[in-house]
Amino acid sequence: MTEIRDRSDASGPPTDGVVAGPEELARRLDAAGYLADDGLATAAFLALRMRRPLFIEGEAGVGKTSLAHALSAALSAPLIRLQCYEGVDAAQALYDWDFPRQLLHLRAAEAAGVSDVDRLEHELYDRRFLVARPLLRALEEVPCVLLIDEIDRADDEFEAFLLEVLSDFTISIPEVGTVRAETPPTVVVTSNRTREVHDALKRRCLYHWLDHPTFEREIAVITRRLPEVSERLASDVARVVERMRSADLLKPPGLAESIDWAAALAALGARELDADLASRTLGAVLKYQEDTERIRAEIGEMVVETAG
Amino acid sequence: MNAGPEHAVEPVVEFAGRLRASGASVPPTRVHMMLRALAELGADSLSAVYWSGRLTLCASPDDIERYDQVFSAYFGAGQGRPRPRVQVAPAYRMVAAPADGQPETGAKNDGPPPEKLATASRHEVLRNRDVTELTAAERAEVNHYLSALVIAVPERITRRMRAAPGGTIDARRTIRAMMRRGGEPVEVLRHRKSRRTRRLVFLIDVSGSMAPYADTVLRFAHAACRARPGTEVFTVGTRLTRLTRELRGRGAAAAIAKASQAIPDWSGGTRLGPEVKEFLDRWGQRGVARGAVVVLASDGWEQGDPTLLGEQMARLRRLARRVVWVNPHRGHDGYAPRTGGMRAALPHIDDLVAGHSLGAMEDLAILLTTTTSCTPWPGTHRLQDATEAVSDA
Repeated sequence: MTEIRDRSDASGPPTDGVVAGPEELARRLDAAGYLADDGLATAAFLALRMRRPLFIEGEAGVGKTSLAHALSAALSAPLIRLQCYEGVDAAQALYDWDFPRQLLHLRAAEAAGVSDVDRLEHELYDRRFLVARPLLRALEEVPCVLLIDEIDRADDEFEAFLLEVLSDFTISIPEVGTVRAETPPTVVVTSNRTREVHDALKRRCLYHWLDHPTFEREIAVITRRLPEVSERLASDVARVVERMRSADLLKPPGLAESIDWAAALAALGARELDADLASRTLGAVLKYQEDTERIRAEIGEMVVETAG
Repeated sequence: MNAGPEHAVEPVVEFAGRLRASGASVPPTRVHMMLRALAELGADSLSAVYWSGRLTLCASPDDIERYDQVFSAYFGAGQGRPRPRVQVAPAYRMVAAPADGQPETGAKNDGPPPEKLATASRHEVLRNRDVTELTAAERAEVNHYLSALVIAVPERITRRMRAAPGGTIDARRTIRAMMRRGGEPVEVLRHRKSRRTRRLVFLIDVSGSMAPYADTVLRFAHAACRARPGTEVFTVGTRLTRLTRELRGRGAAAAIAKASQAIPDWSGGTRLGPEVKEFLDRWGQRGVARGAVVVLASDGWEQGDPTLLGEQMARLRRLARRVVWVNPHRGHDGYAPRTGGMRAALPHIDDLVAGHSLGAMEDLAILLTTTTSCTPWPGTHRLQDATEAVSDA
């Protein structure tokens, strides 16, 4: 597990050397501002130890992407992010040639009267004209944390291609050669489950379903993230958000929304939640007009009930 | 489980066997991964065993539910662990059909008179017959035609560019071509936005009243699945079942047989509203229905509250590109959408088409190729007729 030791020694994380177990990783994530529960800490620990990509699925806003950020801080390794979208292809994920620069080089060589065609061609496909995209960068910059965000937005073809890269962590560039990572980077793949990702890809990974946090955990996360929020306000927010989640909304608020809401309330100088403040800031926590209307009618009741 | 990991092999393999027996797909590589994970964590606590298995043997929230059950049965209580949220179906009540709500069976179409049958082609004969009136042999023939149905799927424009003879200038390819010729701009290459197929989503009612027609629609859906692998198929009745996996196979008969096995509520009741809601909550809103062409096959018999169905159809309409309702009774003479569910849904659908015969399914295949909901097509004014029929009633 030398790569973990190297990584963490690099710039002095809070504790020494190797990540000994899930508990220690949880402590380090905590120091990076991320509160991971047993399951998530175990999953991340195993991903490091077994060198398998970690595939995290869950509702929007439960902290999938922030885990990668926190892991990168906890391991003092740079974060390299590949945001997936429909139509993402190899040129945006792997590498691309810098055509304008190549052309400039060609013109300059011409003007200088270079006659050695073979050498010129060789120069044109030099590493310096290669633009490394996230996957290639991740292989070159190990140790690092590679975040492949929202894989469910990419097309099936891209998934197959990603499977290939994540299986042997090599990329071959015809003009340059093969790039191989001796130790694979730490990979976090996230999905909002807008579609089912192919089994073959999941099989390569450790799978973790990230659920909404428990009440206590939510308070802890809010106060951890926003020191300016009072304990009282955090618990009010967590309680009302918990009620909202069970209210059968079109988009139940995630952890990200409760943090946003608490931040909005704190910005208004609130020390605790009341019906008027809540109703004025609903836009921070609910993202559908239908939901806002429904909750606005009940918010007074929710706030009073939960305060008691 | 106090022994080291090497002693864990036997129970883990046996546990994996139990998991398989419960219907999960557990390939040996995954079991191997669990053993490795267990070795990393040290197999000395139940929690380590739980997580090493959950992270390696599960691949979806549904798997986790099953995993938890099998785990607690095999290793003892798996209490107090976070579980994925399970959708609990709300209680529903029988709602009296509207005053004039007789079953939607218009006068049955008896098919063309026998002397005409002799001259028309075999296909033409079968084309217009209600599938419930066919003999077993005719049925087999219709099924054959259904499986051979070519379903051209609707398209949409993507942001990805493809090389094309016309269109905007493709700077990258042009420069590349220039480099090949020593930097001389010889030809200007162009590209334009490529087109991709839209997703097709089927929601098929398999309740008792739809039973005679559901098989036909399933076969149609299977043909669509083959035409476009991204097609999603769900059945609704008393519960939502995803059939996309089962219908993936090539042979129609085998795929339909597999699908029928997977449907737990054949010929049961209908709770369209809650089912459409569950579909939207679990799949539709997340992306399956977004920009898709959604085909809902049902007779509109709703045991629950029609208002909920109306609300959910409105929600579906906002997500989907086009909502097509296939109602077998639509093909019968004198049909008017009278059932509570149908009337609630009517304002939120783009097309109301028949699905009672081979011909109706062929018409549906043609309808699905048109992308925009404003395109005039025979089906759209048929819907207007139906709406007028309601307002007249």
